Amino acid sequence: MTTVPPFRLPGPRWDALWFAIAVLLVWQGLAAWVGTEGLSSPEVTAARLGNMMAAPDFWMHAAATARAMLWSILYTIVGGLLIGLSLGLWRMAGEIAEPILNSLYAIPKITLYPVILLFFGLGIPAKVAFGVAHGIFPVVLLTISGVRATRPVIVRTARAMRLSPVQTILHVLVPAALPEIFTGLRIGIVLAMFGTLIGELFASERGLGFLLMQGVDRGDVPTIMALAVLLFAVAVATGLVLLAIDRKLRHAG
Amino acid sequence: MTSLPRRFIGPIRVAVVIAMIGAVEILCRTGVIDPFTMIAPSAMVVALVRILETGHIGPDAAFTLTNTLAAIAVSVVLGFVLGAIVHGLPRLRRVITPLLAAYYAVPTFVFYPVLIVLFGLNRLPLIAIGAALGVVGMMVSTLDGLDRVPRVLLKTATAYRMTPFSVALRIKLPAAAPQLFTGVKLAVTYSIIGTLAGEFILSVAGLGRRLAIAYNDLDNPTMYGLLLLVLTTVVVLNAIVFHCERRVYRRWQRT
Repeated sequence: MTTVPPFRLPGPRWDALWFAIAVLLVWQGLAAWVGTEGLSSPEVTAARLGNMMAAPDFWMHAAATARAMLWSILYTIVGGLLIGLSLGLWRMAGEIAEPILNSLYAIPKITLYPVILLFFGLGIPAKVAFGVAHGIFPVVLLTISGVRATRPVIVRTARAMRLSPVQTILHVLVPAALPEIFTGLRIGIVLAMFGTLIGELFASERGLGFLLMQGVDRGDVPTIMALAVLLFAVAVATGLVLLAIDRKLRHAG
Repeated sequence: MTSLPRRFIGPIRVAVVIAMIGAVEILCRTGVIDPFTMIAPSAMVVALVRILETGHIGPDAAFTLTNTLAAIAVSVVLGFVLGAIVHGLPRLRRVITPLLAAYYAVPTFVFYPVLIVLFGLNRLPLIAIGAALGVVGMMVSTLDGLDRVPRVLLKTATAYRMTPFSVALRIKLPAAAPQLFTGVKLAVTYSIIGTLAGEFILSVAGLGRRLAIAYNDLDNPTMYGLLLLVLTTVVVLNAIVFHCERRVYRRWQRT
């Protein structure tokens, strides 16, 4: 075909590094073009992040965020699995409920924000509620889907072995449906984190989201960017961990 | 576990929804849920009608709607193009995939101050944020859709010596269509979120601003009326997309 071989960057292993370098370069370029008021350059952002993390105040906020996120994730997983498993097992209820849940999933949860704020008041319950509202739908929907896709022979075998319902669920159904359930958990956990953060933007006096909102109110671009980078890094790290678990589950099954 | 015949399921679903709304109505009317928190669904409808009649909602609604449609258009086109490009560069794709998954964990609309400096305090930042939210959803769906193009079709295309552009248009696009439609639906949802959130925070104009005013004034009826309006618009937009989707499929069933 062609006579000139295409340019190849050395080593696919280093791809992440090349990509990071490219991003930094583009970032630096944009910052230079836009000016310091619009975008802060990588070094300014890094410096601001360093300053912030050195202040003891910061860790109080970080702890508040972490606490809210963990509670959100817990409720999302437990609630989502319970509802998902019940709806998956009870066919009729599942079929009735699924389109309703799909529609609710598609509705921008932003329309619920005032409702949640009014119901839960300001503070951690509202934050957790936001998180659960965002994260629970994928968990439920994918759990239903996973349970439904389980081969009937597996369920019949469990019945033939006279397993109790709890045993059936724990030892047979969940392992069989696990890949799809875990995909739901992955999406749900990230969305729960997102929802909690949104809650902190609007409903709280503490937490990284609150700091972020302060930055937005003051137009303090370096702080906004520093926090955004931090949050993004945490999200990517969480995502990678979840992906690794996901891959292990698929290989074992 | 026997399930009821198919035709009962639809009506049962409608009945369940009505029952739930009815339960909320009763809870509100009897004061279990106090009116400062939430007003009864019927009152919401009344408020919505009042807003539509006397609230001069036209300019604001038009503002929000045009912003949303612009954001959807940008998301869909840009998301598709980016998705197609990344699909063709597997190494880039492998690096980007965890980042795309994590993208939604950061509330992108905190970048409003940045965009305001860039674009000014007008509708462009709102459209930009709406588009930024929707692009990734469309990208991921495009990647998924292009993945599912059956290899045999691509080989046939090579046998016929089709140009890349022709292949993209005649083979890849139709084969990826289901996922692309999912992407469009995501783009619709996220564009609305971005536009409304922006209008809420920035209070330039539009329904978001009205919501912010009503919320700050503790004017629950107006606020819930507006929320109902937004909800209805979302449902209508999604229905339109769903309808287009079915028409495309129906055309294919015939060929």
